[in-house]
Order: sequence, then C-alpha cells, then structure tokens
Amino acid sequence: MLGLNKRDTSFLIIVILLTMFTPFLMQPFSEGSAMAQFNGGYPDLMAKVAIFGIFAMGFNILFGLTGYLSFGHAAFLGVGSYSAVWMFKLLTLNVFPAIILSVIVAGLFSLLIGYISLRRSGIYFSILTLAMAEMSYRLAYSVFTPLTNGETGLQLRPGDPRILDAADASRYPNLFGLELSTSYKLEVLNHVFTFNVGFYFCAVIAIIAFYLTLRIFRSPFGMMLRAVKSNQNRMSFTGLNPRPYTLAAFVISGMYAGLAGGLLAVMDPLAGAERMQWTVGGEVVIMTILGGAGTLLGPVLGAGAIKYLENIFSKINETVLHSWFSFMPDGMEDVVVSFFAFFTGKGWALTLGLMFMLVVTFLPGGLVEGGQRIWNKIRRKKPDTPNNNPAE
Amino acid sequence: MSTSNFTRRGMLKTGAIAGAGLALPQILSAGSHSSYMNAPTGSTVTLGFNVPQTGPYADEGADELRAYELAVEHLNGGGDGGMMGTFSSQALQGNGILGRKVEFVTGDTQTKSDAARASAKSMIEKDGAVMITGGSSSGVAIAVQGLCQEAGVIFMAGLTHSNDTTGKDKKANGFRHFFNGYMSAAALAPVLEKMYGKDRKAYHLTADYTWGWTQEESIAAATEAMGWETVNKVRTPLASTDFSSYIAPVLNSGADVLVLNHYGGNMVNSLTNAVQFGLRDKIVNGKNFEIVVPLYSRLMAKGAGENVKGIFGSTNWHWSLTDAGSKAFVKSFGTKYGFPPSQAAHTVYCQTLLYADACERAGSHNPCAVGEALEGFEFDGLGNGKTLYRAEDHQCFKDVLVVKGKENPENEFDLLEIVEVTPAAQVTYAPDHPMFAGGELGACNAG
Repeated sequence: MLGLNKRDTSFLIIVILLTMFTPFLMQPFSEGSAMAQFNGGYPDLMAKVAIFGIFAMGFNILFGLTGYLSFGHAAFLGVGSYSAVWMFKLLTLNVFPAIILSVIVAGLFSLLIGYISLRRSGIYFSILTLAMAEMSYRLAYSVFTPLTNGETGLQLRPGDPRILDAADASRYPNLFGLELSTSYKLEVLNHVFTFNVGFYFCAVIAIIAFYLTLRIFRSPFGMMLRAVKSNQNRMSFTGLNPRPYTLAAFVISGMYAGLAGGLLAVMDPLAGAERMQWTVGGEVVIMTILGGAGTLLGPVLGAGAIKYLENIFSKINETVLHSWFSFMPDGMEDVVVSFFAFFTGKGWALTLGLMFMLVVTFLPGGLVEGGQRIWNKIRRKKPDTPNNNPAE
Repeated sequence: MSTSNFTRRGMLKTGAIAGAGLALPQILSAGSHSSYMNAPTGSTVTLGFNVPQTGPYADEGADELRAYELAVEHLNGGGDGGMMGTFSSQALQGNGILGRKVEFVTGDTQTKSDAARASAKSMIEKDGAVMITGGSSSGVAIAVQGLCQEAGVIFMAGLTHSNDTTGKDKKANGFRHFFNGYMSAAALAPVLEKMYGKDRKAYHLTADYTWGWTQEESIAAATEAMGWETVNKVRTPLASTDFSSYIAPVLNSGADVLVLNHYGGNMVNSLTNAVQFGLRDKIVNGKNFEIVVPLYSRLMAKGAGENVKGIFGSTNWHWSLTDAGSKAFVKSFGTKYGFPPSQAAHTVYCQTLLYADACERAGSHNPCAVGEALEGFEFDGLGNGKTLYRAEDHQCFKDVLVVKGKENPENEFDLLEIVEVTPAAQVTYAPDHPMFAGGELGACNAG
C-alpha cells in the first residue's frame, strides 16, 4: 500500500495506531491516585512529543543516514517559528499558510547554511553548523529585534493587520475556523482522557512526516545517503559526487525542523529567540541518539522520552515527595526526600543525563536496540525461527 | 510494490473501528463543560506557582517559592496568619479560598519564555490551576501573561519591573503588584540630583530585554530632565556572567556615573567587575565616579557583598520597614525559614493574598469576576501603605523606597538602608503616558 512493502505497511499502521491512541497511552493512571503525577496525557505535552518527534525524524535523515552531525538545527526550528508567527500577524490565523511558509523559509535558510557548512565534514562541519546557529540566535536576540521582538519573543497583538481574516474571525490559531485549543474530555472509570484538536493536527502531520521518512529510507536516494556515511571516498572514486546528496539531505532535514518550528508556533503563537539556542540543537542530537540514530522509530521515541522527563520530572517538588514518603518515620523521610529532590524538580536534567549515559553505555543503538533485545529474547524461546531480523 | 487484498469482511471491520473512533469524542464531549476555565469542583482549589529555579534569577525564584508556601499556609489557616491580620480587607477567613483548601503546583521557568509557557500550560491543562503567578524576569512574565489571557485564567505577576508588563503588553487577565522602571526613575532622580548634582555624564549598561530597555529609557529620561547627559547606552546579553569587557570602555568614555540596569546574578557580576576595575576610586571631570543600581534587592546586595556600600537604588519593599504589615510578614517568614524575606518574596505573598481576597469578595474564581474585584481596589496593611490597583492598566500604585547600600551593616541581612520613602503621588503617571502607550487590556477571558 502507498508504495510500501508488506512489512513497512504494517509498521506504518502500527505507528498510526500508536499516534492516534496517544491520549490513552500517555494517561495510564486514574485521577486522584498517587501515580496521577506521572500522567502525561495533556494536550501541550502530547503535541510537543509529536512536534519534537518530527524535528528528530528530520534530524535523523541527516545524521542517521549520512552521518553528518549538525548542531545547528535549532536555527531552522526558530526560523520556522518566526515565519509562522509573522504569517499569523500579517495574513490569517489559519494554520496552513503559516506552516507552509515556515517550511519554505527554513528550506531556503538551510540551503544557505548547508551550502557553506557542507564544504567540510566531520568535526569541522559540526562546529560550522554550531557557529551558524549561535550566530542566528544572537541576531534574533538583539540585532533583528524589530523582526523578532528580542528576548520577549514575537507574539500576537490585537492590532495585527491579518488582511485575510474577517473582522469576526477567531483570534486564536485555527483550522478553517476550528480553534486548535478545542478539547473534548472523556471521563471513564475515573480516568480523564483529553482529545485536543491541536494534538491531532500535529499527529496527522507527524504521520505524514513519518511516511515520507520511511519512503526516503527505502529509496535509492536513501541508499546513496547511506553510501556517504559508510565511505565517502569510495563513493567519489566510483564517479559519484556526494555533495548534492548531502546538501539535499541537509535541506530536507532543515525543512522538517522548520515544520516543527511552525507547529510549535501553531500550538502556542509565540516565537522566542531561545528556540535557536545551541542547547535546543543539542537536545535534538540527544533525542536521536537516545532513541537510536539511523532507525525509523528511534528519534520519535527519544523525543517522547525527553519531553516526558522534562515536563513530568521537573514538576515533582519537595511537597510532592513528602506526600509520597509520608509513611516513613520523620528523620528517614527527610533523608529520602532530600535524596530524591536531587533528581526531580530542578534536578530533572540530572536524571536525563544519567539516563542518557546508561543508554549510550549499555545500549549503543538506543531505546530501539533495547526493544529489539527484548523482542529477540522472546523470539528465542521458539527454537524453529531463525533470527533473521537485522538491526536497522 | 505492495500487494494488498481487500476483503469485504476486512473492509467492514476497518470501517466499523474507524467510525467508532471518530464518533467517540463527540459522544463524550457533553457534561464536561463548566462556566469558566478550570472551575474548581471538589473541596480544593489549585494555584500554579511558576518561578525560575535555574538561571540568573534562581535566588529570587527560590525566595518567591518560600513566600508562596507561606501564603498558602496562611490562607489555609496555618501559622500565625502573617499579613492577613493587618490587611485592610478582612474577607479572608483562614479556611482556604471560598471554603476550598488551597493546593499548589510548582514549575521551573528557567528564565526562558518557552520553558515558562510550557510549564504554565501544563499547570493549566494537567493540574487544573485556576490562577498562575510568578516569574522573575519581565520577558517571562509578559509571555506567561499572554498565555493566561489566551487560556482564560488569572495571572498575578511576580517580580517584573518592565514598563511593558502593564504598558504596551498589558492584558485584562494580568495584574501587577510590583513597581516598574518609570516609578524607579521618578523616585530615584530627585535623590540623585541632591547627592550628585545636576551636571553629570551617565553611562548605561543594560540587560538586553524588555525590562532593561524600559528601565534604561525611564532612567535616561528622568536624569536628562534634571540636566544630566547620557554618554552611551550599551546592551549586554541576559545570560552574560562576565562583564569586564563592557566595563573597560566606561573608563575612556568621559562618563562619571555608571548606571547598571542589571538585576539578580547579572548585577552581582557587573557590579563586582566594576568595583574590581577601580571605578569607584576614580575622579572623572573633577568629581567622584559613582555607580547607580536603579533596581535593588537584598539578595543582590548579599551576592555583591562589600561592593554595594554607598550605592543608591530603589526597591519595592524592605524588611526593615516598621509598619504593622511588614512586621507581621517578617515575623512569620522569619519564624518559618530563619531569615527575613526579600522584596520578591513580599510581592508574591501580597499577590497571592490579593487574589484570594478578590475571590472572596467576588464570591467566585471566575477570572472576569476576580478581575472586576481587583480593578480599582484600594487597600492598606500589606507593607507598602495605601495602595491602589488601577483599573486602566492593572498596575498597583504605592510608595517607592529609595535605598542605599549600608556602610556599617550590623548583621548579614542588614545590607540596605532606606534613604527616602517616595510618596505614591510622585511616581504616578497617566495610563496613556508615552512610555506605556501602544497596548490595550482587551476583554477579560474566562476560557
């Protein structure tokens, strides 16, 4: 179906189902229970997982296939957000012009940066992209203040022109009138599931992006990109010029990043310069490696894991910890709480760092490799099936 | 190429599942609508405290969180009640808000608009917070204020000193108790004139974001009006930690006053750098070189140590004030934590009490009703004397303190001395003052 073989079709269907049922999957605990703290099924987090999944998927086309490690993708994310918010301000609050422009602008911007940076490879390429992104961040932060509104961030104002919108049109980002913040809440057996228009919009786009990635991975073009990774010299000696391929991969991944940036602005119409900071560029590298670079599903899993940790762990403060450990005797409770407080609340980044270290040390292929190992363990129980399941 | 076999049974199955999936949300949409966003249903009400726990303003954030916890304790009837006893409006009973026990969630703004909005969103969407408060840094406060306006909850601004928060970025759902750059300038200028004379050349170092810009504009305007000359204005990134490269040019500029539009960790570092460069021992144009820090706090004074002695600035509140409200607050804060509160702690404590009081008077948590109760509200007994929440821009008008780094501190908290209490009338401006123009409150949004 859709130009995919049977195995990929079922893979795509599994991904579609997982995405569509995210509101259930991320809300496993009932309201009011002690575990409710760990529920992640609220619209903002679910949409962020989908958006950063797209960002990491795009990054993976460059890093996973060609092996070029870019630290500059945050710049495209930021450019995408700024373009989207400007579309909201000037044209209309309908989301389509916004995300289309953000993809186009990010594509052009990545063409420029890619053309310069791809003259070098390896560490020099990484440093060049890092420098470019940091430069964009500084420009957005102060020099281009009239265009970006500096540190405060570009936001919507009641006085924006919005020439295509009628006077009584919605004042929030919408899908032909349907506001993205609209949610349906479903209450079953003490669970509250939230179905949000914005999340499903991001989810559908994420599925399309996933499908495109799948096609790129399986195409001859994808094979060429793998050839760049395995041995660029050999590729040149056979008479092929790797530059157009790497540049194309760079621009495609830049457009994915722009799309993600546009979607961030769609979900929350504010674009801040810190979106372009090198920490964001580093975050997407961590997401991709944590999930499994070069695999199809890995980057999405990595994005989900990191966004979940950031949002859920950073909110576990000492009061929450005290309520968990209140069964302990007083002196011991304080010790245990102060120990865990080290890893939660403002220490969430520490937990993330430890997790990243463990994964990279013991599962070099990321979370996907972990999944495969478990799967293989289960399979090994059946003696007659040979293990012909190569790693991606 | 793919091969797929569509069977009748298969099609029916898929169709039924898809149909059920599509119909599900519609079936269950009814019954979960209430009159306003996150209306509390049970016996508790949740407030969201969104403060910087990491980044250059982390010290202020930590102190804000302490004050929030104290305020919640007092609202729920615990402790000694603090300023609830001295507050001129006696609507609060000590039984929570409208009989509901107050609970709270916390988040880390990281002093970044993006992170602050994500954190506020999760409070609104996941935890059902009916009011968001906090923010050190005006950029963050403005970003979160915009979010609360869109989401339909009340935003009670914490430590935000930019003119824009209640100027061109003001919102109907947002309220600010803290003072602003214009007020600092109006209070500080007469004192500076008295101390340093009318003929001075000022050099500005400014944190490069909305707060720095508006404070620089306000101070420059006020000092130029009394005859000072502004030699240069230099913008420094908020994330800077070393300012030596910015200090060196000051020496060669011919300026004899350095105005540091920095706050928190920024100010501690820039002031330390300036003193290390020997600026304060210099004689320029036949006058002693002076440093001014328009927005001062005790936490900063503590961080900068010896360097703050004799340096002028303004502050919203100081623990050494002797009115009944301040005394009660310092006492209960000191009992709980063992040291006096900062101005950040004071303003967020007041904001929490003011919100709770407005709910009681309005009889509802509905943001529109609460907003109406706060607009034009006059009160006293919260440490700043008689105060007005102006309806036109949701800004509080109250006395401003001009302070000076104490020469001979008696203990580690006794770092600032109050030079003058500038009456509210002297710092009041018209709502359409050019430094505040260009925005509109809009209509209140109840979600």
